[in-house]
Amino acid sequence: MSGLPRAADLGLIGCHVCGLVCRNVPGDERLDGDGVHDAMACPRCGSSLHRRKPNSYARTWALLIAAFLLYIPANVLPIMRTASLNDIDDNTIISGVVELWVKGSPDLAVIVFTASIVVPMLKFFALTMLLLSSGRGSDWARPQRAKLYRLVEFIGYWSMLDVFVVALLTALVRFSVLSRVEPLPGVIFFGLTVVLTMFASMSFDPRLIWDGRNTDD
Amino acid sequence: MQVRPSEALLICEHCDTVYRRRALARGEVARCARCGFELDRHRALGVNALLALILTAMIVFVQANMWPIVTLGLNGQYSATTLWGMIITMWQQDAQVVAVLAAATLFFFPLAKMLTLGWLLWFARLGRRAPGFAPLMVGLHYLGPWTMSEVFVLGALVAIVKAHNYFDVVADPGIYAYAALTLLITIFAGVDLRQLWHQTPERPL
Repeated sequence: MSGLPRAADLGLIGCHVCGLVCRNVPGDERLDGDGVHDAMACPRCGSSLHRRKPNSYARTWALLIAAFLLYIPANVLPIMRTASLNDIDDNTIISGVVELWVKGSPDLAVIVFTASIVVPMLKFFALTMLLLSSGRGSDWARPQRAKLYRLVEFIGYWSMLDVFVVALLTALVRFSVLSRVEPLPGVIFFGLTVVLTMFASMSFDPRLIWDGRNTDD
Repeated sequence: MQVRPSEALLICEHCDTVYRRRALARGEVARCARCGFELDRHRALGVNALLALILTAMIVFVQANMWPIVTLGLNGQYSATTLWGMIITMWQQDAQVVAVLAAATLFFFPLAKMLTLGWLLWFARLGRRAPGFAPLMVGLHYLGPWTMSEVFVLGALVAIVKAHNYFDVVADPGIYAYAALTLLITIFAGVDLRQLWHQTPERPL
């Protein structure tokens, strides 16, 4: 055992919801977290206790793949239509960023680009990498991977930015025939992508990063 | 098959390393030596201060929701919207998914969070656990990342800049209320709500 004991070494288990330190019961498969029905409850908050988040790999993979599938139409389909007297203009996420850049606010263009393109892509790559490396029990760059997971968790919901921009513009730009903004299906796919990636990063258990063959670091 | 709890220990949520809990001095933050996750931090704000902040947030939240956010002008015509105006428009424009997302993350979840916290803190101030303490604390845990008012503020800023090229844009009081709300949320982001478990005595079973 290294100088830093882990809960399993000491026969302990931490409640994932309220943090209470409870006694682990070795061999009790109810604490493996897969048997959702017959779980043991935390004496303090009543949530079911488990050593690791239930079915972390399967759930995270499923949510991540679903999110990625929705991310394709979110980018290909236009998210917003700007209609004026003699002009109809459909914007995708990327063309919206380009427009912001060209029309003189490159700093905001960078923010929107980061929120709508960089953050989702980072989440896809980071979670895939975390799932693969933890699944193999790799001890490569563990502190960095832990940090990456926290980054993904922290920035995840900022991707909702573009959805709110479209919603607000739709509500504001309502000048009958002169000028109107309408939401297009892309924005729905994008909103769902963000929600699914948030669920994906929540269902990944960062403890798995440290569960490899060689825990003595 | 006994699950006996221990309050003297602390388990890192991100890597399962076990620590002995200790009191932190002002400004101190305890980080996990293995993975770097923040384990605990000095509680600079007491129950009273938190309650005051929550009440402020509630007042600002009402203003942020009632007042229009932005007004656009085009050839003498004006168009303004509130948060609920936006949600209803999205619903009518066949983007019900977006309407529901916005209503949940910008209205219902923040409201639920504030009311719950206000309720829990009010009783904590009296030295008691509020009725429904445990399930409400669990609820707060799950609500965690699903309130997005601060994202909306940035979104409003982007929308204003985009509209600015074609319309006269007037920022309305709602946007200032939102800015104030964002500040309050940022203060709350640094507060470990789990402290409420320790600060209120458990009623004997």
